[in-house]
Amino acid sequence: MKTLLAAFVLAMLASPALAQDEKVVLKDGPGKDTVENACAACHSLDYIPMNSPFLDHAKWDATVKKMISAFGASIEPAEVQAIVDYLAKNYGG
Amino acid sequence: MIRRNSDVEADMAEPSAWQERRTFLRGAGAAAAGTIIGGVPFARTVLGAGAPVSAGVPAGAMTEAVLAALPGKKPLIRLSQRPPNYETPVSFFKDVITPNDAFFVRYHLADIPEVALAEWKLKIGGDAVERPAEYDMAALKSGFETVEIVAVCQCSGSRRGLSSPHVQGVEWGYGAMGNARWKGVRLKDVLAKSGVKKEAIEIAFNGADGPVSPKTPDFIKSIPVWKALDENTIVAFEMNGQPLPHWNGFPARIIVPGWTATYWMKHVVSVDAITTPQGGFWMNPAYRIPTGKFPLVDRFLTQETPANTPITEMVVNSLITSVADGQRVPAKRPVEVRGIAWDGGYGINSVEVSTDGGKSWRPATLGEDLGRYSFRPWSLRFTPSKPGSYAVMAKATNRIGATQTLDLNFNPAGYHNNVVQRVNLVAA
Repeated sequence: MKTLLAAFVLAMLASPALAQDEKVVLKDGPGKDTVENACAACHSLDYIPMNSPFLDHAKWDATVKKMISAFGASIEPAEVQAIVDYLAKNYGG
Repeated sequence: MIRRNSDVEADMAEPSAWQERRTFLRGAGAAAAGTIIGGVPFARTVLGAGAPVSAGVPAGAMTEAVLAALPGKKPLIRLSQRPPNYETPVSFFKDVITPNDAFFVRYHLADIPEVALAEWKLKIGGDAVERPAEYDMAALKSGFETVEIVAVCQCSGSRRGLSSPHVQGVEWGYGAMGNARWKGVRLKDVLAKSGVKKEAIEIAFNGADGPVSPKTPDFIKSIPVWKALDENTIVAFEMNGQPLPHWNGFPARIIVPGWTATYWMKHVVSVDAITTPQGGFWMNPAYRIPTGKFPLVDRFLTQETPANTPITEMVVNSLITSVADGQRVPAKRPVEVRGIAWDGGYGINSVEVSTDGGKSWRPATLGEDLGRYSFRPWSLRFTPSKPGSYAVMAKATNRIGATQTLDLNFNPAGYHNNVVQRVNLVAA
């Protein structure tokens, strides 16, 4: 039982979003996985389409940086560019 | 006991306060079922597309929004799942009091415990309080006079989605608001019992809900001492004759009549009298409007800067509820135009209705008066004299002469949108 529980807990840790949210289908494209992992750690992915399509590349960049600086999102500096590019390309305007 | 990433991080980073707060409030929710994280039950009913989203919100919000029901709630317009943000469809505003199960839901942070009443306590403290105190619900109810007030609770960002150009955030249409009869005790009485020092400048509130990550700022809000001591500001434990719904702040929330809902702390657990301005993201830079941009009376001077200032009272506003844009009506037959109006607590003086796109205006008949903080119903009957298009508009004016704008008073956060609505009817 303990092992099962531990496995379950590990699964939850690995994919907190999948465990909680109904699936939000984001557009396919380079960077999608990175976006899903980074954003869904704190909020459901519906925030992305909801805020579209009116943010340009610079505004998505500012948004991602705000998530890091103001909200403490755990996003590696190396991931930022891929995330911003994906959002601007697929949900930009 | 399910543990999460954030718990593990928190344990490593900050073993004391964070953990203590969570342990205190997680009991009931965490024990209930395996599908619970942080106490939020995830059972939801989604009814699919076709949510009555307000025209004008961003296309992505229009597509993504669905009608869905949180536990204990009717299907509402779901704008986001986690944290949950659900808007009340306009059809519910045909009644002056918004039902509890249709009342909008708004959270900033996703760790929302189901607070067990037996474990709940309200702490009165801060560096400007003489005698810190702690109340359970029984002590709160028996210790102070119980009062009732009907008041509009409106999210600062209601109608943000209609902003032009669009701005970021939860893309609310018309329904991030509701009007309820709140019962509770006066905050001024509770504060008086503990003694507020003359050095106090603000009263700060915290609720049981918190962030998923300990690196995310907790939602803490303050109001000026003078507003906290207003006899209409209460600690509410009932809403429309029932205990507060979980999603609206069970077991107690702060009611700040006239002011936007950002200050109406849900699941309130602490009230602090403080001698320095409350800091933190949610006070600054969040919930700010450009200083001097809006004709408001209430100012939050201990937080004001030359550039911006906290949002305070609601601007005067109205909503047409009986007819919808594009609706067909018979020519030469009377049409009832009905709606509601509200403001920051001065009271509605008049509502004027135009049926010709603003060329001429006629006074509507005001309905039942439930107090100056409540929705005020209004109605006007008109008869389209011939087939054609009729642009119906409604414009409320309050008792200090403030009225709605015809053009958006744009601001970066999309607050205070009180643009006069325009509903086109087709008479045939």
